[in-house]
Amino acid sequence: MNVRAQIAMVFHLDKCIGCHTCSVACKNIWTDRKGAEYMWWNNVETKPGTGYPTQWEDQEIYQGGWQKHGHRLELKASGHWKGMTRLYHNPYMPNINDYYEPFSYDYQQLINAPADDDQPTARPISLVTGKPMDIKGGPNWDDDLSGTPDYARSDVNLRDLSAEMQEAMFQLERMVMFYLPRICNHCLNPACVAACPSGAIYKRAEDGVVLVNQDKCRGWRLCISACPYKKVYYNWKSGKSEKCILCYPRLETGQVPACMHSCVGRIRYLGVLLYDADKIETIASVPEEQLLSKHRDIYLDPFNKQVVQYAKDCGIPDSTIVAAQKSPVYKFVKEWQIALPLHPEFRTLPSLFYVPPLLPIMSQVRDQQVLVSSKNFWGNIDEIRIPIAYLAQLFAAGNEHEIECILKKQLAVRYLRRFETVGDVSKEWVESLLSEVHLNFEIAHSMYHLTSLAPFHERFVIPPAHREESIEMLRETSLHKGETGFNTF
Amino acid sequence: MSWIKDLFDPKLRTWESFYRNRWQYDKVVRSTHGVNCTGGCSWNIFVKDGIVVWEAQALDYPEICSSIPPYEPRGCQRGISASWYQYSPIRIKYPLVRGALLDLFRKEKRRTGDVVEAWRNIQEDPQKRRMYQLARGKGGFRRVSWDEVLEIIAAANVYTVKTYGPDRLAGFSPIPAMSMISYAAGSRFLQLMGGVNLSFYDWYCDLPPSFPEMWGEQTDVAESADWYHAKFIAVMGSNIAMTRTPDAHFFAEARHNGTKTVVFSPDFSMISKFADNWIPIHAGQDGAFWLAVNHVILTRAHHQQKIEYFLDYVARFTDAPYLVQLEKTEKGYKPGHLLRANVVEKYQHIENGDWKFLNIDAQTGQLVCPSGSVGHRWDKQEANWTTRLVDSETQQSYYPLLTLLEHRDDILITEFDEYGLDKKYFRGVPVKYLDTVNGKVPVTTVYDLIMAQFGVNRNLPGDYPTGYDDKDSGYTPAWQEIFTGVDRATVLQFADEWIRTAQATQGRCMVIVGAGINHWYHGNLIYRAAQIALVLTGCVGRNGGGMNHYVGQEKLAPMDSWSLIMSARDWRNVPRLQQTPIWHYIHSDQWRYDTLSAQYNTAPINEFTTTHTADLIARAVRWGWMPFYPQFNKNTLQLAKEAQKNGANSNEEIISYVVQLLKDRKIQYCVNDPDNPVNFPRVWYIWRGNALMSSAKGHEFFLKHYLGTHHNALDDDIAGALVKEIVWRENAPEGKLDLVVDINFRMDTSALYADIVLPTATWYEKNDLNSTDLHTFIHPLTAAVPPSWESKSDWEIFKNIARITSELSRKHLPGTYKDIVNVPIQHDTPGEIAQKQIRDWYAGECDAIPGKTMHNMVIVERDYSKIYEKFVTLGEATKNGIGAHGNSFEVADLYEEMRQKGHVVMVDGQSYPSLEADTEVANTILHLSSLTNGELAARAYRNAEKRTGADLKDLYLSNTGFKVRFDDLKSQPRRYLNSPIWSGIMDKERTYAGFTYNVDKNIPWRTLTGRQQMYLDHEMYLKFGEHLPVYKPLPVPVNLGDLKKSGTDEPSVVLNLLTPHTKWGIHSTYTDNHRMLTLSRGIIGPCWISEQDAQAAGIQDNDWVEVFNDHGTYCTRVIVSARIPKGMCFIYHATERTISVPLSDTRSGRRAGGHNSLTRVRLKPNLLAGGYGQFTYHFNYWGPVGVNRDTYVIVKKMKKLMF
Repeated sequence: MNVRAQIAMVFHLDKCIGCHTCSVACKNIWTDRKGAEYMWWNNVETKPGTGYPTQWEDQEIYQGGWQKHGHRLELKASGHWKGMTRLYHNPYMPNINDYYEPFSYDYQQLINAPADDDQPTARPISLVTGKPMDIKGGPNWDDDLSGTPDYARSDVNLRDLSAEMQEAMFQLERMVMFYLPRICNHCLNPACVAACPSGAIYKRAEDGVVLVNQDKCRGWRLCISACPYKKVYYNWKSGKSEKCILCYPRLETGQVPACMHSCVGRIRYLGVLLYDADKIETIASVPEEQLLSKHRDIYLDPFNKQVVQYAKDCGIPDSTIVAAQKSPVYKFVKEWQIALPLHPEFRTLPSLFYVPPLLPIMSQVRDQQVLVSSKNFWGNIDEIRIPIAYLAQLFAAGNEHEIECILKKQLAVRYLRRFETVGDVSKEWVESLLSEVHLNFEIAHSMYHLTSLAPFHERFVIPPAHREESIEMLRETSLHKGETGFNTF
Repeated sequence: MSWIKDLFDPKLRTWESFYRNRWQYDKVVRSTHGVNCTGGCSWNIFVKDGIVVWEAQALDYPEICSSIPPYEPRGCQRGISASWYQYSPIRIKYPLVRGALLDLFRKEKRRTGDVVEAWRNIQEDPQKRRMYQLARGKGGFRRVSWDEVLEIIAAANVYTVKTYGPDRLAGFSPIPAMSMISYAAGSRFLQLMGGVNLSFYDWYCDLPPSFPEMWGEQTDVAESADWYHAKFIAVMGSNIAMTRTPDAHFFAEARHNGTKTVVFSPDFSMISKFADNWIPIHAGQDGAFWLAVNHVILTRAHHQQKIEYFLDYVARFTDAPYLVQLEKTEKGYKPGHLLRANVVEKYQHIENGDWKFLNIDAQTGQLVCPSGSVGHRWDKQEANWTTRLVDSETQQSYYPLLTLLEHRDDILITEFDEYGLDKKYFRGVPVKYLDTVNGKVPVTTVYDLIMAQFGVNRNLPGDYPTGYDDKDSGYTPAWQEIFTGVDRATVLQFADEWIRTAQATQGRCMVIVGAGINHWYHGNLIYRAAQIALVLTGCVGRNGGGMNHYVGQEKLAPMDSWSLIMSARDWRNVPRLQQTPIWHYIHSDQWRYDTLSAQYNTAPINEFTTTHTADLIARAVRWGWMPFYPQFNKNTLQLAKEAQKNGANSNEEIISYVVQLLKDRKIQYCVNDPDNPVNFPRVWYIWRGNALMSSAKGHEFFLKHYLGTHHNALDDDIAGALVKEIVWRENAPEGKLDLVVDINFRMDTSALYADIVLPTATWYEKNDLNSTDLHTFIHPLTAAVPPSWESKSDWEIFKNIARITSELSRKHLPGTYKDIVNVPIQHDTPGEIAQKQIRDWYAGECDAIPGKTMHNMVIVERDYSKIYEKFVTLGEATKNGIGAHGNSFEVADLYEEMRQKGHVVMVDGQSYPSLEADTEVANTILHLSSLTNGELAARAYRNAEKRTGADLKDLYLSNTGFKVRFDDLKSQPRRYLNSPIWSGIMDKERTYAGFTYNVDKNIPWRTLTGRQQMYLDHEMYLKFGEHLPVYKPLPVPVNLGDLKKSGTDEPSVVLNLLTPHTKWGIHSTYTDNHRMLTLSRGIIGPCWISEQDAQAAGIQDNDWVEVFNDHGTYCTRVIVSARIPKGMCFIYHATERTISVPLSDTRSGRRAGGHNSLTRVRLKPNLLAGGYGQFTYHFNYWGPVGVNRDTYVIVKKMKKLMF
């Protein structure tokens, strides 16, 4: 057993407001500079929609992620031979218009315009060419179902839904939208790492953060097409690729990443997971229908004495093991099994998990009147507006049962709290709902607690980074103390 | 491929310092965002290399209690983008003056050698004046020095005061709670001058008139943590995920805690996603749904099941048991006034008997006069202003009889109006005949009237509905379908679950409501419909319950001490505070384009409803209902001198002199002749707001009549034939304003059109205070870096304007002046019992008695050479005590202590506490407020104990040692204290919710009866048919006059224009922010339309469209979306004319306008009502609101795009 530690995240989509505060927090600190203007290491998408870059999920277009080749696993676009041939010409590479041409405005015109016959206005200008431009795209172009005919209706996840079902999703009765915040998944099986011809991309051993070494990157950009989530970006000024660094300078000082810190919907959780690295290849190669459950299997029980011993043997510090035991992510992913990875079929084993949202019940139109009425207090899962099949495409490689279970669990917890705080539903009813999804009062309470009440320190449990030990491997820590910041070394 | 290896070796990872270096910084400072935003979020501002580099939310709000989700983090995408402005290309760095004006001024100054003379020469030469007015908004700004710009401003101040009077100076700044000191800076200056502060809450249409109507309260709502306690939340007209972003998590968390959530919204909005049930109701029709819910609540819970909790609640806390006289009509009876206590012999001679009312004791059947009415509030007896169930005269306990059903003498057929189907119902109402001093009269209870109004069939004769399915009978579930498009079964399930939750939890049903409702012409009625549902089920004044309106105002928590400073009452000033909707309606000449309100406001036909709104405003002003400035067609300073010359020796005699002139028609109210140059407002200060665009309803009329520059309005002025009292001048003046000064840190539309732009500090460059109603903490703005470039804080700017104005006044306005200040009859004063009936002294119907039949008049001494000294010191009148909302307390000892121990400034040999520095102002506010000084809270509560007889010690005893200073707030936001100036209570475990103080402690509401008022018997309400909760249909487009002259042959659609709040900006700010523009579609205020309407007009997503009507035109990009229903379009509030606005291709070929180019103000006349209980004026509390949602436009694709 090769035990490693991975910092992992949960985004509770039922709570996501779609405010994009996370995106701006990240932008202000990391990508507010030339060459990086168009990068949004953290972005938020409206679903249904086509996201950023447009249609990123469609691997027929972008050929990202892994695929099974017989029994072997290989990169979809740049397996051994293909990869080398595409160094100089990569037809699957997103171009600037798939992201957007970054723009600003001639704001100065408002202050400096000479006296004239009409009012001055600040026109848009391209941040690439510096010339006036027509804005045709942005990093959040289809926000809140903007441009439904062109975007939401082209969502690749609708592909397997019947035409009627698809159309219904844009009618009053079933119309729905929700938000999908995205950062780099810091995968256990990262396609970007595997694709890099320069060996510039690596996973950090202590926390699993995936980084592009800015000294080693040669700008080949194979990582960009290999990442099925399109979360590596090319800096056109520096000529190197950059990506979400999970704010490691903050993690190393015990602070959560800026996007999580600023999450005002309180939807985000972060904690460490222990996993068995020997199993990565096997698990990433299982048949699609097993992907979810096997992915869960790779994470180890941090309370298991044997696991703890193996972890210690593998050099994982005690403090990380304690953090793993307190990890909120472990609860969501492994204990309660209500958080799922995005597009597990990409086979990168992402470390970011989503709790699928409960959404309003369906309505009907009866004699030209809209009827909004449920069979019982909140309605059954089969009354939910969003087709389960759609959520299953996103989070479960098509496994609808997984989604149903998770939604039922959330509803059962709500009924439990209804029973306890109002008392207008019966205990038997609540018990039957809980037992149907194998929950008991205790687990349901901790689900409620972590979802609703948890303060900052329970939502984010960061293992100490022990930077002093890393520094010591280079030089005396006390020497570093005196010289840090002088750039003398 | 041998599988992915992790990298540990630090030698291979030394490059990682690349990103570590970026994260390093030099300093962190706490601040927040100081205008327009309701969040009140605590932010850390990061400084690196001496400049602000980014911000992140502070996470240290004190925990309320571990069983409630914590507040942090607070702060949204807009807040976290604010640092962009600081060094952005739109930042105002230096004072700017438009060249056309600057050249004139310099020339005249050189010529005359005197700046006041220079200003006079420009103003009194029509050609010169016209020249620079026409240049407004058209570029040509020039950088000038502070010295020069202050000179121009001071010259305009002095000239205007001297020539026309101080009430020609006006200032607009909104929502002080966000940066109290910055607001107070301008208002203190203006008030010391005798100038006018324009209200904002009503003008923004954020004031919910139903709060004063029902509760006598401007607004008081739950902090957002209290949502967590609700077990049923209905949201309407509010998109809290979008507009209350930092609070929205409580909503999501309540869901997981077993709360049912229902969202009413015509579009699938962001908050709809959080709903269990999304009800896609027709826009603006929510009232009909709620009225039907009330029908079910009354039928099922009140009449059939008689749920004890509900009945007891309405008996104790509402006007339900109060007796109302029925009046005879041709066809039967109609509801009249509340029965006054002094009409029965038993109470004939009691004090204020006109303002005390009657109940029947359920046990004895005897009449009782319940304590707690407005008459008790202002009588001499202590401890009698309470809602404890006692007879105020005998002190006997009693229990009120709600209905006369079982105790009736008779059943009278009574007339009820239903405006939706335009029907009259004649319904039997149980009555008793009372022997009064005026003879025998039939009376019923408010409860019985409500039952009849809602059509609850109690086996009484008359036109009662046959059941829930009776579509022809008002307020049934079937009836509401006609308006809402929502099936009756939805109403029934909703009402059932509402009732069941309210009963089981004793009132934990909550309504969250917002601008999406309040901005309709009949917004007050829609609100009232929902409030009635809350009241009938005992949900008001309960944690987790209540009507929670979150629009704009935002609670300025330390209102008591702050209002002293902002109004300069510490220097014995009496402030001129203007109700802005009527000010703009009249001064910007929008009244000239308005037809009779009866054209679009469904109401009974009578003398009041067929009078033009402008005439009604003129009456409201002279009757003391509404303020209006300027006051007279004569300078008030000269008027006082003239009075003295004519023998008036005392202030009283000066006032009598003026009253006589008014009666003799020898002077005239400005409101009666607004287009006469002598009556124009002249100088307008705008700071912290965007008065010329985002809030400028009828923006194009502002451009035309205020500024005198280009505009795109087409409307004909038609009121000449309709007004009787207001002087009609054939040619409306263009360019009324001499000077517009905008104080800003960015070039927004107001700055672009102003004559002078002064660079102000951003929110990360100054010290200030901030509070909100969304949480119960007070926290600071502090300067992370000093004001950049040549900017100064608002406090410093107005200090400087005061200094130079004082200097100039030594020559031009020497000595002291008596200023005659008109003040309307005020809420929370004995003026609440001024006018039992409407009598017009002007028409000789009664005597002209200031403060009784007409407005008050007060004499204020002014010394213009001392404006600066007074500005920077706290005056001695502070010792007279301070307070708010009718509660006051002593602070003389604290004032003396400040004088002894604090920093003082000497004025004429006397020392005064200093207000020179913004931090000193902050500390003064904190020191003298009952919310931040426990000793003062105790004093205020002791006063309340005396008045109400309640024991309130648990609310203050444990807090008496509590004190907060500005430095404490810099280290951590602090939760403030309970204070009787607010209606809620809280403690270590308890979240704040409005009216919990009233319910828990039997403190009366500040209404006529002291109870929650379902029945409104002001004459204006009876005349306009809103005495009972009613449905009124939306105004029909053809009657509104939006599209009389606009049309097109090209493919187009006519749509209802809605302007909800945007995701990418807050009111006037942030929409031009590069971050927000990038995350949206690179355009401010795109026009959202449905797929069906787009198809009909041949429009594709992201096309350029022109949106226009008679009032103006707007060009933008279109967003086609399935979530928008057919027949309406959204242009999110608020747009700017500054960013990417093309030239119109349908109108003039000129630059197109903004969203407010499409609006024109129409005011609701019954909201002018005054002099009567809760219907009395208070700043931002009462008056017509600037509704804008009933607007229709044509949308078409643009043929050619030109910039």
